[in-house]
Amino acid sequence: MTTAVLPREDYLNTDYSLRSWLLTTDHKRICILYLVTITLFFAIGGAFAAMIRLSLATPTGSLVSDETYNKLFTMHGIIMVFFFLVPSIPATLGNFFIPIMIGAKDVAFPKLNLASWYIFTIGGCFTLWALITGGVDTGWTFYTPFSTLSSNTNVSLAALGIFIAGFASILTGLNFMVTIHRMRAPGMTWFRMPLFLWSMYATSLIMVLGTPVLAITLLLVAAERLLHLGIFDPARGGDPVLFQHLFWFYSHPAVYIMIVPSMGVVSEIIAAFSRKRVFGYEFVAFSSLAIAVFGFLVWGHHLFVAGLSVYSAMVFSLLSYVVAIPSAVKVFNWTATLYKGSISFATPMLYAFGFIWMFTIGGLTGLFLASLGLDIHLTDTYFVVAHFHYIMVGGAIMGYMGGLHYWWPKMTGRMYPEGWAKIGALTIFLGFNLTFFPQFILGYMGMPRRYHVYPPEFQTLNVLSSAGASILGIGYLIPLVYLLWSLKYGPIAGDNPWNAKGLEWQTTSPPPKHNFEETPVVTEEAYNYGGLEESHVG
Amino acid sequence: MSEHIVPKSTYYTIFVLLLVLTYTTVQVAYFDLGPFNVVAALGIAFLKASLVVLFFMHAKWAPKLQKLIMAGALFWLAIMFSFTMMDYLTRFLDVAR
Ligand code: HEM
Ligand SMILES: [Cu+2]
Repeated sequence: MTTAVLPREDYLNTDYSLRSWLLTTDHKRICILYLVTITLFFAIGGAFAAMIRLSLATPTGSLVSDETYNKLFTMHGIIMVFFFLVPSIPATLGNFFIPIMIGAKDVAFPKLNLASWYIFTIGGCFTLWALITGGVDTGWTFYTPFSTLSSNTNVSLAALGIFIAGFASILTGLNFMVTIHRMRAPGMTWFRMPLFLWSMYATSLIMVLGTPVLAITLLLVAAERLLHLGIFDPARGGDPVLFQHLFWFYSHPAVYIMIVPSMGVVSEIIAAFSRKRVFGYEFVAFSSLAIAVFGFLVWGHHLFVAGLSVYSAMVFSLLSYVVAIPSAVKVFNWTATLYKGSISFATPMLYAFGFIWMFTIGGLTGLFLASLGLDIHLTDTYFVVAHFHYIMVGGAIMGYMGGLHYWWPKMTGRMYPEGWAKIGALTIFLGFNLTFFPQFILGYMGMPRRYHVYPPEFQTLNVLSSAGASILGIGYLIPLVYLLWSLKYGPIAGDNPWNAKGLEWQTTSPPPKHNFEETPVVTEEAYNYGGLEESHVG
Repeated sequence: MSEHIVPKSTYYTIFVLLLVLTYTTVQVAYFDLGPFNVVAALGIAFLKASLVVLFFMHAKWAPKLQKLIMAGALFWLAIMFSFTMMDYLTRFLDVAR
């Protein structure tokens, strides 16, 4: 690696002007635009989280007023879900690597791709504006009748921001689907595609089919607030449970928008660092699609105590068990891939292991919540909060961090410092578990979510959780610092620092403007690690 | 991209058909058909939407993959309606018996 030099011309150094960035149609530069934007949103959402945990360190709820506390968890949820997690992997790593991994020059609609970023940013500005000018207090779920009849905060404005950002999601999904259908290089058949592409395809499907429903639902909330139409208000012939049906018709599938891309990243990492083909490739590929489809049939499990009929509660409960099967298929197949693999513990692999561990806990506790009787006890407690943070932070963000490290040398041409990266990964892992594991116990003992005053006997576990959150916060700062540092001082990575398979490793790091000198021709399946047994990564 | 050229007369015919159907909707509203009030209104609306999709949006001449995608979208809508109705229609069902 000592002989590696940066390529003479790449997508970063072709033009340095601001204009060349703001008007770029290069999918790689659009990835960077998104990366900067969502990192900002992550920081804002994280600041709200910090205030929530600070307030919960004492049982008296004396740090902020009740109203402010309601706004804190609402804005934390809105920012993290709609402006960080949903776009996270698709808009950054997906944007950068989908075209490269199929051997294309760009996505199918490059201008639309840039438009998506603008739409997303404009939507984000509206929501930020809503936050700055008074905030929202409905929870990220906007439940009626509170959101339509009672709340006197900036509900419509915040909803408008999410509505707008939704179109970015739809257009990105559309772009990716068309790209994967139409732009594959010669020889790149569907079953030679890396699993990351299957997961991005499944994610795009959910984005395209689900997001319009969220948009309409939020529009209806605004319509009822502003025009007093009777859609959710029973006094005017509406039905508040209808809101929950519509909202979760999008938002349950949306949780898969957040997790399925990470699953794709983990497949890539596991293959590269155990130097094996992913065990049961076809099963892993199809399980992504199965999740995308079956994920649309389980939303009722969020309505078990909302007045859902007993009959449909039973159906939704059963289907929720079914949707766990494809997730389990993936976990088993990753584990089987490791078997007799030549495993190295580089940073991306640490994140992948973290993902498997925490996704498994999150997924299994999902089954607790999907069982009708137990959910009566656990719903709206910290158990639910712990469940989805294990998946969304422990799973989705671990996958995102893993992917970012795995592909960082390709994106920037430079390596990050491995020692610091390992320290960062371990800090995140420890901080995360210390933050959220106590919340399972708290919830099981009956501590409700969304209140900042709680009985004093819950304080010890809450203090542990808040302490964990500060470790987690430091854990995220470490990569932020060394990744920025590596942009200038990191050692030159070379084209294929991991000695990995896949078209992205065959071009230069960073790739040239059009990704490849000439269109690659694919002659082998993905993860053909047979002859590469002797590697020196680690 | 093979574009199908549609004669203008087709568009005008469809447009007139849509107007006629709109007029029908209004007229039907004057009769009380009992439970069929909704059925009639939605039926005509469906007919109109189909005309728009088939002719104005060229679905009639679209390649198979596009047709599949359109059918898929409709199917997803059906999922949303049917599963939501599964709740509303069984609210008073006594499953314990
Ligand atoms: C493996 C299958 C899963 C099952 C069976 C499952 C089940 C459930 C159930 C039953 C609830 C409702 C709990 C309640 O409110 O009482 C729930 C809540 C939640 N789950 Fe899952 N889950 C699964 C996977 C996931 C995944 C993959 C994610 C995210 C990536 C996720 C994110 C959430 C969120 C965000 C909530 C709470 C929403 C809220 O009320 O604010 N779940 N889950
Ligand atoms: Cu769910």
